[in-house]
Amino acid sequence: MGSDPVVGPARILVLEAGRRDAQYWRDLWLYRELFAILAWRDIAVRYKQTLVGVAWAVIRPFLTTLVLTVVFSRVARLPTEGDAPYPLLVLAGVLPWFLFATILSEAANSLVTNAQLVGKVYFPRIVLPLSAAVVSLVDLLVNLAAMAAVMLWFRFLPDWRVVVLPAFVVLAVLAALGPALLLAALNVKYRDFRHLIPFAVQFGLYISPVGFSSAHVPAQWALVYGLNPMVGVIDGFRWCLLGGQTALEPTSLVLSVAVSTFFLWYGGGVFRRTERSFADLI
Amino acid sequence: MGEIVISSRGLGKRYVIGHQSRERYPALRNVIAQQGRRFLRSALDVIAGRPLVVGDVREEFWALQDVDVEISSGEAVGIIGRNGAGKTTLLKILSRITEPSTGRVVLKGRAASLLEVGTGFHPELSGRENIYLNGAILGMTRAEIRRRFDEIVDFAGVEQFLDTPVKRYSSGMYVRLAFAVAAHLEAEILLVDEVLAVGDAEFQRKCLGKMQDIAGGGRTVLFVSHNMAALTALCRRAILLQQGRLVMDGATATVVSAYLDQEPSRLEVSLSEHRGREKGTCSGALRNLLIDALGAPQPQTGEPLLVRVTVDTTRLPAHALEHPQLTLSFRDAFDRVIFTTVSAYQSEEPLGLERGEYDFECRIDRLPLTPGRYLIAVRLWTPGEMLDGVSPALSFEVLWPQRPPRMLSWSAGLGPVYVPASWRWCRRPAPDLTRGEGDHAG
Repeated sequence: MGSDPVVGPARILVLEAGRRDAQYWRDLWLYRELFAILAWRDIAVRYKQTLVGVAWAVIRPFLTTLVLTVVFSRVARLPTEGDAPYPLLVLAGVLPWFLFATILSEAANSLVTNAQLVGKVYFPRIVLPLSAAVVSLVDLLVNLAAMAAVMLWFRFLPDWRVVVLPAFVVLAVLAALGPALLLAALNVKYRDFRHLIPFAVQFGLYISPVGFSSAHVPAQWALVYGLNPMVGVIDGFRWCLLGGQTALEPTSLVLSVAVSTFFLWYGGGVFRRTERSFADLI
Repeated sequence: MGEIVISSRGLGKRYVIGHQSRERYPALRNVIAQQGRRFLRSALDVIAGRPLVVGDVREEFWALQDVDVEISSGEAVGIIGRNGAGKTTLLKILSRITEPSTGRVVLKGRAASLLEVGTGFHPELSGRENIYLNGAILGMTRAEIRRRFDEIVDFAGVEQFLDTPVKRYSSGMYVRLAFAVAAHLEAEILLVDEVLAVGDAEFQRKCLGKMQDIAGGGRTVLFVSHNMAALTALCRRAILLQQGRLVMDGATATVVSAYLDQEPSRLEVSLSEHRGREKGTCSGALRNLLIDALGAPQPQTGEPLLVRVTVDTTRLPAHALEHPQLTLSFRDAFDRVIFTTVSAYQSEEPLGLERGEYDFECRIDRLPLTPGRYLIAVRLWTPGEMLDGVSPALSFEVLWPQRPPRMLSWSAGLGPVYVPASWRWCRRPAPDLTRGEGDHAG
């Protein structure tokens, strides 16, 4: 038995019904290049044959910001936080929301859109939703750069708190991945979720503090409201980007982390349990 | 023969499939009741966490059952069986795409599967990018791909088009590139399903050569193909699957001929609800298609073949009853027409069919097709109008009259048309150089 310099010595693999794969995490590590290359594929292909190309990544959140600013600031006349311009307040909410929403919808559909791969080759299936999430992260980077330009234009610069931003990006990704894994697994079995996700995402935009400050939520509801993990994330984004004009509510932050962790554990568990039958169902 | 690298014991795979019980004249009341029952059942399935099954009749189906097999390193084993016998299911289990329902398999070494060439190719990406993408999907590391990149490009012969998106490739180039990546996999166990069904004859020969190199190079190859000539050439051992069970395991020539003996000489397909239905003005008139090798176990090159088409004339328009015309197109596996026979060329006399069912028989005295897999398309016309068509309606395999086929190259580069021709030979008188011109004997 030849030993491959790259893969190491031949390993013994036992395939059996209902067997939990002890080598799963090792496999995941071996397939890290597939993960990278699938993410790269999705990025490379995303804006091919489009007129404005990468600009699409920027256009959608910025138009949303424009609309939400008009609706909540001009029509509903809600006040901003401190002296931050209202568009920046909205933008700081729209960016994490778009990150969350695109990860949720792309990752949840990733197995179905790659059905051909799932049915024809083996790899740890979790590679697909994870690589879909990377694409959304790249979009976020582009958008943050665009937001920096907007901030310059408003002559409003973030302070030292901006260095904490990556932590909230990670929290947003984790908050999205839990439900995304759950939905991805369910979507393979029941395609109803494919129709449910866009609706849920649209709905979520209004129950999360995207167009307005979460300070407007009555105090007695804060605990319930904080169960939405995006409340903590969006507050965190605003805290980092708008120079502490937003108070960082510890309750919503702790709730956000707790809810995200729960979904990650639950969604990941469901995904792992059903993963082995994906090829039969898809 | 080395140590045992694949061993399976009691291997089985069960699927649950659904049928639709069909009522001939659906009444609205029944349809509503049926939909209601279906919704209730689906809702119960979802609550119980079972997958949804289409249809209202549920059935268990064993795609594979009690398969015990041991394969040593360096062996090339052919897997033979009819469609639905469980060949692909077996490969899918061994390549970990799906998990067995019963039994267990022990695998030693890295297994790579090639169930379809070009899996994961993305049309928008260039050839170069797709090599890396496809390689990674098949389990190669980037370092491995880089190491073998030139070989792959060379094998596929697509140097000039490396930076062109593959959606601009011809289908031949596409397949060549896809096979080239797969052929350079560095796995110890290679599971290959029906890859030789693609590409032109020249490329198929190249593929076979490559497969022979791989099999000869000490790696373990499991090879599924309907191409018996290729199987015989590549594998010394073969296993025969029948309805999910392993029924024979032995030398390839023996297993191949056992398989061919059990192949039915008549192949029949119902055209009533056929996936290949084309849009015609009287859809559904074509009912049934049967091919009969007339006593031989299978359609054979140069031997007689009978094709029978059943036509339902009850709903044909009146002018079609006067001048119906059936065409049978024989095509190769790439859907290129090889020849077509027409039931009546410009017949002036009206046929004057009545309403009912008719059998149209076409007898081909000497089947002009070389061994390989072919498709039949059938169409019903009346001048200027296609009434009904099914394409492809049926696929079938043609063999040499004598078997087992000995020479592999015979089936690769021959072209599809068999022409009966007689050959003679005689020895030419040798020119005599020793004698001068004047000595010409008269």
